[in-house]
Amino acid sequence: MYTQGLDQAGKDKQLASEAEDRLSAFQARVDAEEKIEAKDWMPEAYRRTLVRQISQHAHSEIIGMQPEGNWLTRAPSLKRKAILLAKVQDEAGHGLYLYSAAETLGVSRDQMVADLLSGKAKYSSIFNYPTLSWADIGAIGWLVDGAAIMNQIPLCRCSYGPYARAMVRVCKEESFHQRQGFDIMHALCSGSDKQKAMAQDALDRWWWPSLMMFGPNDSESKHSAQSMAWKIKRFSNDELRQKFVDVTVQQADFLGLSIPDDDLQFDDTTGHYTFGEIDWQEFLDVIAGNGPCNRQRLEKRKQAHDDGAWVREAAQEYALKQAARTAA
Amino acid sequence: MSKQEWPLYEVFIRSKAGLSHRHAGSVHAADDQMALDNARDTYTRRSEGVSLWVVRSDRIVASDPAESAAFFEPAEDKIYRHPTFYDIPDGVENL
Amino acid sequence: MNSEQALNRYTLRLADNALILAQRMLELVAAGPELEEELANANFALDYIGQARMFYSYAAEREGQGRTEDDFAFMRDEHEFGNLLLLEQPNGHFGDALVRQFLFEIFYRHLLDALTQCADQRLREIAARAIKEVDYHCRHSSQWMIRLGDGTGFSHARVQASLDDAWRFTGEMFVADDVDKLMQDGFDGPDLAAIHALWRRDVGKVVAEATLDLPADEWMADGGKQGRHSEHFGFLLAEMQYLQRSFPGATW
Repeated sequence: MYTQGLDQAGKDKQLASEAEDRLSAFQARVDAEEKIEAKDWMPEAYRRTLVRQISQHAHSEIIGMQPEGNWLTRAPSLKRKAILLAKVQDEAGHGLYLYSAAETLGVSRDQMVADLLSGKAKYSSIFNYPTLSWADIGAIGWLVDGAAIMNQIPLCRCSYGPYARAMVRVCKEESFHQRQGFDIMHALCSGSDKQKAMAQDALDRWWWPSLMMFGPNDSESKHSAQSMAWKIKRFSNDELRQKFVDVTVQQADFLGLSIPDDDLQFDDTTGHYTFGEIDWQEFLDVIAGNGPCNRQRLEKRKQAHDDGAWVREAAQEYALKQAARTAA
Repeated sequence: MSKQEWPLYEVFIRSKAGLSHRHAGSVHAADDQMALDNARDTYTRRSEGVSLWVVRSDRIVASDPAESAAFFEPAEDKIYRHPTFYDIPDGVENL
Repeated sequence: MNSEQALNRYTLRLADNALILAQRMLELVAAGPELEEELANANFALDYIGQARMFYSYAAEREGQGRTEDDFAFMRDEHEFGNLLLLEQPNGHFGDALVRQFLFEIFYRHLLDALTQCADQRLREIAARAIKEVDYHCRHSSQWMIRLGDGTGFSHARVQASLDDAWRFTGEMFVADDVDKLMQDGFDGPDLAAIHALWRRDVGKVVAEATLDLPADEWMADGGKQGRHSEHFGFLLAEMQYLQRSFPGATW
């Protein structure tokens, strides 16, 4: 009895050293570029980080259907209509792949959806901006998908196998998304003055929110270092943002559009563009729920979920009856 | 009324005749027929397949990673099972 | 109207059916009961847009006046559209939209089947392509009819009400007007009376398995095929045609 406390202390110590061994073995696997699979041992924080990141990514795809879906019924040609629908459908598919990847970590899709609808889970800030003209559909494809693909390609090599595999599929399918956006912008910029003005207005409104998509500056990013060590993340926010600016400016020049940033300049010594300061207050506001469309987006999602409840239940009830009939 | 989500199914696709089915991902569905439809509508949109299998995820029997040493390492030292183990004398062909 | 003109009108009606149904389905995007069903809805809408484009392109070719598929879709007025009234009705809830799909698709499947035997080669080819898509749609919508009908007490009552409500729009599918008759006589086109019998058989089978009751054939609405539409239709077109009408002659 007297030694109970001591025994416990000894056991704790032993447990601690076992945990440390497992942790370093895990890190060694990651460092060796081995993939971690669903049933492998992993640190709890690794699992939590992945669930957070993958579900946020899935939510972004699902909420992201709305701003573009907003123009499906008004697309200006049958060809554009079909292309846009195929793209919005891909987003539903990508949400589905990503939810599936997160489910391998032991969290249910129901739970993730509940977290989204309650406002607990986040999604990309960009989808809280409105699509006000047809040119916005072009700008989203060109800029938002362009930014997304830069983020996503490195994720194909993420240390977590199911996420990496989902991302391979996503990236393969998304390769047409940015092109169709640029194609819309190109058609507008080759059109009438009014169409060109529409394109410029869309660029003006989507440029800065697109830069915000890469997340806070590296100095402010709280999860970055650990995610890099775990090879969930391969490049820093600022590195990716810089890459995006560098390639996009040239594309805007081609279209004859001007980037809405007076400080934008090419730096001969670095070979990169320098650009103005992002309005981080706006970013924080939108993340906190105060963007132009936050409420509307969640409300629509919630409505769909609630309206579908009787349908999901009916299907389940029918499956139960069928199973009972087969058993009888 | 039940509040549970539809069960999860794993989806396997044969991309063309002559190849085996390969795991593609998963879908939720209330019943087997729906699982097949959902797999079709989700995973074969770009002509990825000519045949589909779906199976409820909870029906899959899987090996345990904790036992992977006992399961898989004993095969590693049986190198005589591989043709590269054998030296072929010079001058012998078609072996 | 001679039979060549009837064929033009007939082709446009097929195109209009596909386009207007697709347009209603587009309103359902991001509002499905489950993610997987979202993908299915988009697949089917894409099939219909594709069919509409094939029929419009053929109609444009036949007309030979330089009009394009988009001119037909975006620059015609209400009375020039010949789609069925059933297809332009607002979506309502999942059961309403499902019943609309189901009732139309069973009909459309048999119509396409008949068209694969007609005397016009292009229509035969388009129908042969479309029927594969619509076969799958029928499977999907039939299964859902059964799930909802034989699901919970609530879903049963709800989908029965949807069926009762939509029934009055089904008569129009089988009433042959001049265009239908010229198409049948001049090009071995579909025999709507025969299709009606097949439709009743197939719909009846699914409805019975779904434990639902087939509504009685009472008063039936008509006029869609001849361009007399419901009030909803003008709004659907106003939305769909808005950009083309605001920017006449623009390229997109």
